[in-house]
Amino acid sequence: MKPGSTSAACAALLRRDLTLIWRRRGDALNPMLFAIIVVALFPFALGPEPATLQRIAAGTIFVALLLAMLLSLDTLFRSDLEDGSLEQLVLSPHPLALLLACKIAIHWLTTALPLIVIVPLLAQLLHLPDRVLPVLLVALALATPLLSLIGAVCVALTVGMRRSGMLLTLLVLPLIVPVLIFGAGACNAAQTGLAFAAPLLWLGAWLTLALVLAPLAAAAALKISLT
Amino acid sequence: MNPLILWFHKLGSPPYFYRFAGRWLPWLYTLALIAGVIGLYGGLVIAPADYQQGDSFRIIYVHVPCAWMSLFVYAFMAANGFIALVWRIKLSETLAMASAPIGAAFTFITLVSGSLWGKPMWGTWWTWDARLTSELVLLFLYFGVIGLYHAIEDTRQAARAAAFLALVGVVNLPIVHYSVVWWNTLHQGSTVSLMGQSKISASMLWPLLTLTFATHVYFFASLLARSRVALLELESGKEWVRALASATEPNHA
Amino acid sequence: MSTVDPVIAPLLQARSLAYARNEEPIFGPLDFALAAGEVVLIEGDNGSGKTTLLKVLSGLLEPTSGEVLLHGEALTLAKLSHQVALLGHLLGLKLELTALENLRFAIGLGGLRRGITPQLALASVGLDGYGDQPLRSLSVGQKKRVALARLLLVPAALWLLDEPYANLDRDGIELVNRLLDHHARGGGAALITSHGAYAYTSGTPRRIALQAAA
Repeated sequence: MKPGSTSAACAALLRRDLTLIWRRRGDALNPMLFAIIVVALFPFALGPEPATLQRIAAGTIFVALLLAMLLSLDTLFRSDLEDGSLEQLVLSPHPLALLLACKIAIHWLTTALPLIVIVPLLAQLLHLPDRVLPVLLVALALATPLLSLIGAVCVALTVGMRRSGMLLTLLVLPLIVPVLIFGAGACNAAQTGLAFAAPLLWLGAWLTLALVLAPLAAAAALKISLT
Repeated sequence: MNPLILWFHKLGSPPYFYRFAGRWLPWLYTLALIAGVIGLYGGLVIAPADYQQGDSFRIIYVHVPCAWMSLFVYAFMAANGFIALVWRIKLSETLAMASAPIGAAFTFITLVSGSLWGKPMWGTWWTWDARLTSELVLLFLYFGVIGLYHAIEDTRQAARAAAFLALVGVVNLPIVHYSVVWWNTLHQGSTVSLMGQSKISASMLWPLLTLTFATHVYFFASLLARSRVALLELESGKEWVRALASATEPNHA
Repeated sequence: MSTVDPVIAPLLQARSLAYARNEEPIFGPLDFALAAGEVVLIEGDNGSGKTTLLKVLSGLLEPTSGEVLLHGEALTLAKLSHQVALLGHLLGLKLELTALENLRFAIGLGGLRRGITPQLALASVGLDGYGDQPLRSLSVGQKKRVALARLLLVPAALWLLDEPYANLDRDGIELVNRLLDHHARGGGAALITSHGAYAYTSGTPRRIALQAAA
């Protein structure tokens, strides 16, 4: 790879962000802890009967993971903006959308993937039937990158603000309603013995669309926010 | 150049638009008021009670025009947002941002009137039916656009960011709607269509169409009034605003 | 359309360049040109728009009116192929990474000038032996020197430096002047802002004065 080529730039960005996250690996555990705490709260609120918990298990896990990811979204561009790295990224001669796609990929790898790994544990806490677990994992594998992608567009719009937490939630929430409906819907269908392929395919179709459009939209939004 | 295109170019200039809007405002408000009164009289007094729903059905005369407006205003806002982002026309930024609170208000009225109708009909204030839920998501989208617009300090940057969000919402709205339909359908089917055969009687229909017309005119009147104020604020440093201000300043001599 | 011959066109040219925020003029309209081998000082008080001018020249901000020409061609972000390096108030360095890791990232992103390595660049800004130190442990002035080392590494002909003398000691100021001389002799050009306390001392550089908009 020639230094200065676009592939070299993406590789350098991936390496840098992974190194940064590794150096602050304590912070990376926070979303997982958050998701476990949210899921653990439900039995206290609803009572410990397995039948009750079983019915809400898939939906609860889905919501807990989406909230955990939503909380971590704010940091996507925050430190890069504060130390001026974002300016350097925008000024670099490479397509900004591609660089942002790398950052989004890192966000998914370091927040969503660990969350998906602990899903079997969360499923046990809420007595999710074993046959639903694979469907839940597939649904999350499709839904979480969607959230990273859609979230990145919204974060790019709010990047200049000091306190963007609540506003970011307001912007992201309406956009991910369909993700939640299809994702949790597939799990509920599987749990009641109905066909669950269609909602998963819809999620996949939407993910494909977002993979192409969201980095471009995030780049356009970032340019609006920085000018 | 084509005179119509020339007129559009002229309309894009803030001082021209300000005068144009000022001339049209009283007429539009009067028209909206007259059409509104006729429509409401027709809907609440002349139209017969529904054989199934009784007098409760009359709430559609508020609910349905507002529901149509909630979507129409969003489309209008997004179209102006698109023009603002692509061609950088300042007036379109102003129009898009001025229409957002009006659209949110129509959406809110739709939700409240729907809920008031739901109580006697369904026996509950709220059901998670497809259209009500889509409308709720639409309200959140409006809130997001308004919130983003007010959170960014630079007015023009704020307008561009909010317009971008409105466009993202346009891509998303159909997806939300169809996912919610898939999720749950309890609402009665659509009963009015302009193209096909209408399922409601003519004596019930004409007040509805009159009121729809009234809400559209009201929207444009309100939009022009809001944009006039927004333009004065945005252009407060410009010559034409100063000239206007000094012309209307009260004489203290 | 520009019909200027790129061979004799100046490296950077601003034509009636102006920028306004919220309809309030920040600077301009400005007209100036910068030839290869030239270092030009932008002087002005706080709030006169020096930083904004550099951002517009780099392409980060779009001018309200006027245009920026790079080698006689209109500048857009997409066209900035390794030609412009910006050093702002924010250095664009990561505190959790070492000096060398920061520089390697800059090379990956911006490319590498011929005949130099990160170690050599660090040595020439007086940070020999600091390469593996986390940036967090360096002083403010040393961080600035790392950012200067980045300028040496990336193959940009035009340097836009915002207050390069701030936070530097006497040696550091001389270092900046030395780097600028070297860059200018090698055919590069630089625009530097200064509020007047320190200045580029080599020769008598051209100055552009900015006045705070009334």
